[in-house]
Amino acid sequence: MTPLLQVRDVSHFYGARIGCSDVNFDLYPGEVMGIVGESGSGKSTLLNCLAGHLPPDTGEVVFDTRADGPTDTVTMSEPARRMLSRTDWAFVHQHARDGLRMSVSAGGNIGERLMAVGARRYGDIRAQATDWLGRVEIDESRIDDRPSAFSGGMQQRLQIARNLVTGPRLVFMDEPTGGLDVSVQARLLDLLRGLVREMGLSALIVTHDLAVVRLLADRLMVMKDGYVVESGLTDQVLDDPQHAYTQLLVSSVLQV
Amino acid sequence: MAMIDISGVSKSFTLHNQGGAVIGVMENASLSVAAGECVALAGASGAGKSTLMRMIYGNYLAGTGRIVVDGVDLVQAEPREILALRRETLGYVSQFLRVVPRVPTLQVVAEPLLALGVSADVAVARAAELLTRLRIPEALWSLSPTTFSGGEQQRVNIARGFVHDYPALLLDEPTASLDVKNRATVLALIREARSRGAAIVGIFHDAAARAELCDREIDVSAFAPQRAA
Repeated sequence: MTPLLQVRDVSHFYGARIGCSDVNFDLYPGEVMGIVGESGSGKSTLLNCLAGHLPPDTGEVVFDTRADGPTDTVTMSEPARRMLSRTDWAFVHQHARDGLRMSVSAGGNIGERLMAVGARRYGDIRAQATDWLGRVEIDESRIDDRPSAFSGGMQQRLQIARNLVTGPRLVFMDEPTGGLDVSVQARLLDLLRGLVREMGLSALIVTHDLAVVRLLADRLMVMKDGYVVESGLTDQVLDDPQHAYTQLLVSSVLQV
Repeated sequence: MAMIDISGVSKSFTLHNQGGAVIGVMENASLSVAAGECVALAGASGAGKSTLMRMIYGNYLAGTGRIVVDGVDLVQAEPREILALRRETLGYVSQFLRVVPRVPTLQVVAEPLLALGVSADVAVARAAELLTRLRIPEALWSLSPTTFSGGEQQRVNIARGFVHDYPALLLDEPTASLDVKNRATVLALIREARSRGAAIVGIFHDAAARAELCDREIDVSAFAPQRAA
């Protein structure tokens, strides 16, 4: 099986400071990988490098494209990369307002992404938008409301609908449940798990919440000071952590 | 060929945040379980029964040695190979149920089948059958098991572990906290799994259950590291 994403020696520096350094891994179709670490550990920098938002200073990010097979997205042309980010890739931001157009209706937010890949018939777009609102448990009567009138949890679900409507194969998520209260988080986790299974998605999830990765991710990578210090099966890394830093992370979780 | 084959396995824990203390728990553990065989891990509390079982599941990392289940060496395997093994071949009934909040019990039990690509109605029917057998009232099926009693959670966990006919099964205290009737049901499930050819490794503090089900016992304290005199 060809990996969907092959990451080779990816580094990004902020001047003399390390953002992330020498990151290597393969992600296979259907796999969900969590990336954990404290603030400043380089996990968001890494995610942004992989998603094409930040240019890596070294390394390759090889994605198995539908048309041409494995292709380095770092050296590919800007239009080709943008096409990928509209079709096969999706990016779920921590703050829904970074991933939504707040002045456009909920239906419009979903429809816009469809139009970007060529959908033109209003009836089809509206029907798909309605279908996706249902899937993320937003009442369809809200289709013409603007996201600014939605709660935080609804905005986050709308962002997910907008991202997944084009049937991407790889989803980047930056703290998807951050800032939501726990009951809303549980609902979102359940939703994401269902979508990952039904659509056979691969996902990279950056979070500092170990409970979230335990429930969502098959594999886990632990970062500290820009380096990957440990990686493996999620339950193995959490239950039998090998690196001093991972042991500290796991033992620092408060018990409810 | 043995379904589960363990040789020369050692394990120690290094506690980096407690002065780097190294605690050796196992040395040169070897064990082999054929299809259709049920083997009990015995030994006092703290002898390493659960540790060994967790290593067979890939939940703990072995220091050295080989742990081969159905041809896959868990000590060397990639995460995705271990996940595929767990999905298709290797079942594990732990002592604790860990689920996503809000997911209904019926769904929790059907999940291993859904992950194998079994159609939703077949998976749900099979889950319902097991929940009935394990006496979980139908009124509870649509609720999340997080609010259930300890015994009910344990039975949901067992239903989940038996919903797919795994060729290899790891059972950690499957009859703990069960009443007489439910204990009998669980013993029957284990016996059925064994007769369809599953290789079973179990920890049973319940001596009667152990005597009834198991072909042999392995004393895990034999694998304890030799302490320096």
